[in-house]
Amino acid sequence: MAPHGNPEAPASAASEINREAPKVAATNAERTTTTPASAPDVTPRGAHEESPWSLWEVFVRSSRGLSHVHAGSLHAPDAAMALRNARDLYTRRNEGVSIWVVPAEAISSSDPDSKGSFFESPQGKDYRHATYYTKSEGVKHL
Amino acid sequence: MSTQETAKDSDFAIEGHGDISVGVHGAGASGDGSASATRITPGNALRPEDIALEISRGQVKPTEDVAEFALRIGDDGLILAQRLGHWISRAPELEEDIALGNIALDQLGHARSFLTYAGAAWGKSEDDLAYFRREHEFRSAHLFEQPNGDFAVTIARQFIVSYYQYQLYTALTGSSDATLAAISAKAVKEVDYHRDHSAQWVLRLAGGTDESRARIIQGFKLVWPYVDELFEDDELTTRLAEAGVAVQPSSLRAEFDRLTGDIMAEAELDIPGVPQSLGGGRHGKHSEFLGYILAEMQVLAREHPGAGW
Amino acid sequence: MASQNLQSVPAELSPEEQEREAAGQAYFDRIISEDSRIEPRDWMPAAYRKTLLRQISQHAHSEIIGMQPEANWITRAPSLKRKSILMAKVQDEAGHGLYLYSAAETLGQSRDQMMEDLIAGKARYSSIFNYPTISWADMGAIGWLVDGAAICNQVPLCRASYGPYGRAMVRICKEESFHQRQGFEILLELANGTPAQKQMAQDAVNRWYAPSLMMFGPPDDDSPNSKQSMAWNIKRFSNDELRSRFVGMMVEQVRVLGLTLPDEDIRFNEETKKWEHGPLDWNEFKEVLAGRGPCNSQRVERRREAHENGAWVREAAVAYARKQAQKENAA
Repeated sequence: MAPHGNPEAPASAASEINREAPKVAATNAERTTTTPASAPDVTPRGAHEESPWSLWEVFVRSSRGLSHVHAGSLHAPDAAMALRNARDLYTRRNEGVSIWVVPAEAISSSDPDSKGSFFESPQGKDYRHATYYTKSEGVKHL
Repeated sequence: MSTQETAKDSDFAIEGHGDISVGVHGAGASGDGSASATRITPGNALRPEDIALEISRGQVKPTEDVAEFALRIGDDGLILAQRLGHWISRAPELEEDIALGNIALDQLGHARSFLTYAGAAWGKSEDDLAYFRREHEFRSAHLFEQPNGDFAVTIARQFIVSYYQYQLYTALTGSSDATLAAISAKAVKEVDYHRDHSAQWVLRLAGGTDESRARIIQGFKLVWPYVDELFEDDELTTRLAEAGVAVQPSSLRAEFDRLTGDIMAEAELDIPGVPQSLGGGRHGKHSEFLGYILAEMQVLAREHPGAGW
Repeated sequence: MASQNLQSVPAELSPEEQEREAAGQAYFDRIISEDSRIEPRDWMPAAYRKTLLRQISQHAHSEIIGMQPEANWITRAPSLKRKSILMAKVQDEAGHGLYLYSAAETLGQSRDQMMEDLIAGKARYSSIFNYPTISWADMGAIGWLVDGAAICNQVPLCRASYGPYGRAMVRICKEESFHQRQGFEILLELANGTPAQKQMAQDAVNRWYAPSLMMFGPPDDDSPNSKQSMAWNIKRFSNDELRSRFVGMMVEQVRVLGLTLPDEDIRFNEETKKWEHGPLDWNEFKEVLAGRGPCNSQRVERRREAHENGAWVREAAVAYARKQAQKENAA
């Protein structure tokens, strides 16, 4: 399988489940074969065959004006309960005023193998930064 | 690198309990972003300690009737918290341990506020009332004393309780007694969430598997006999209603029936056709369960009367 | 680097794979030498993954099993304030277990699997939770000594080289800041209370002191994995180093309590500048670890019961979600 372009979870998330525990990151895409939380599998199951609650990533806005920040992960059977579990788990101490929950499987992330080249381009392009322009230093309101 | 050394030293500082600085070097694994998601504050709300302080300063004192009424709702919360506390470490999933723990803590918080306030009428603390009254002196309704049973019974009980408490506390926010109104204003927001939590679970258990449906039906059958008692008027509530301190419990029933009815209908559950129990909790006639609840709750405090903890 | 010694490239790999392994190892070594962080998608030595998975899952299990000895006193807490505090604390422990399971999940093991291992008796957890809580003062001693020792262990773990573990520890340490204090204050109240209360407090300190010192793990010369963990920046201080610092702190704090530590050999070694303590019964430690503690089977049984009793609830929620999704798709 090609190492690029596969949906992968962001660093920091428990969604980075790597069920095959592969030795190289390139095979991590196998994770995507697990049942997505957003589209539950409709095949009938035996009454006592347990399917675990799926994994959700929780993002919390700590106060108005700030963006949502990844707070952690949890398990829930669906979005409604994921939100409530997130409220109970991640805002017990007034950590937030707003919560997002996202099925772990729904997150795509950049490929870890390509981290060098993927983020190389901006390196050295200092003309994107005000500090590059030294001749105008000292000129007021500039 | 000197900054690294300093950071390592401070990382080990255990003394600074307020905040633990995390000297992450290099990749910045927990930069500002994660800090904002873990920023914690105690918040700002009416606490039992605030009420105790007002009492000690002589700023508030309930009338005998108000105290008796506060005792009823305080005991409801206390006994329920005692029941719910048992779930912590036993819930169906870790997330639910935390959810039930939050509900128990809310109920205990309300109980402490109401009992603290009630006690002011008789020069007693919340703990005097909780630990040194006998069974017949408690004023909890039978519903709150019912055993946890399985998760379905607990949810059925919580569903009735939270819809009842929501109506009650909403009404009490308009009480002419400022302290009752203030405690209720805090409580009603928390109970609103309890309604949501229990309703979500009623829907899931009723619409889940055959087994869960059978269990929630059975759960409601077990707790429904204790609904009427919650809405019974008596001389005390009549006097308080006339004084604008409280409302007649019976006046809360229609809205309770409508709102619970909506959820029950959505869950395709029938209101159980079970006979209503005689009740009597408000006058000290309790279920067989209360004695055991109190025996466990009070045992240590009573071994050491007068001791501080 | 020490890690290179352990990591031999398996022979069956193709030359291309071997090259990738070597590149991965080089990248990993660089991250570690820079004291930076490894993230879940990064290449990591299999032994590093395995060590982390074992340590994090054991840590998670300890939080979850550790709920039980304290939950044992929720219904009997002697004041309503203490009842609230204890409930909030035990609840936090569920949360901490949850954060840690999430961190372990990033290494490729599901929480369900970890739970099953725990119930099957295949997983380890901190052996101290196999001792019974027989008096209220145990709530104080656990908070002060056991959480105190845990905090000593955990604060450096906030800088563990594995990102998700470090982040979980940051959250846990912040939340746990009240746990030790509330325990200390329980003991302080008891120590300044009636003679019977003071006796209760001293008795609890006597029983929890040695087990709490043993929470730091075996002595350094008997802890074969420690060196590797330190080379990997998972562990930052050795077992004995942490234990010695902990003893030093307890010596100070026990004076404030007006109680004593049951150890006459505690002394500050001026030469090594380290606190020393009396001999610990590592035989007992191993016995308890091997399942022969007073409460081992009780603790695991309670967890099994909760998990199995909850199965129908978890199934119901999944079934409901599935039906709702079908309805939405049909609409």
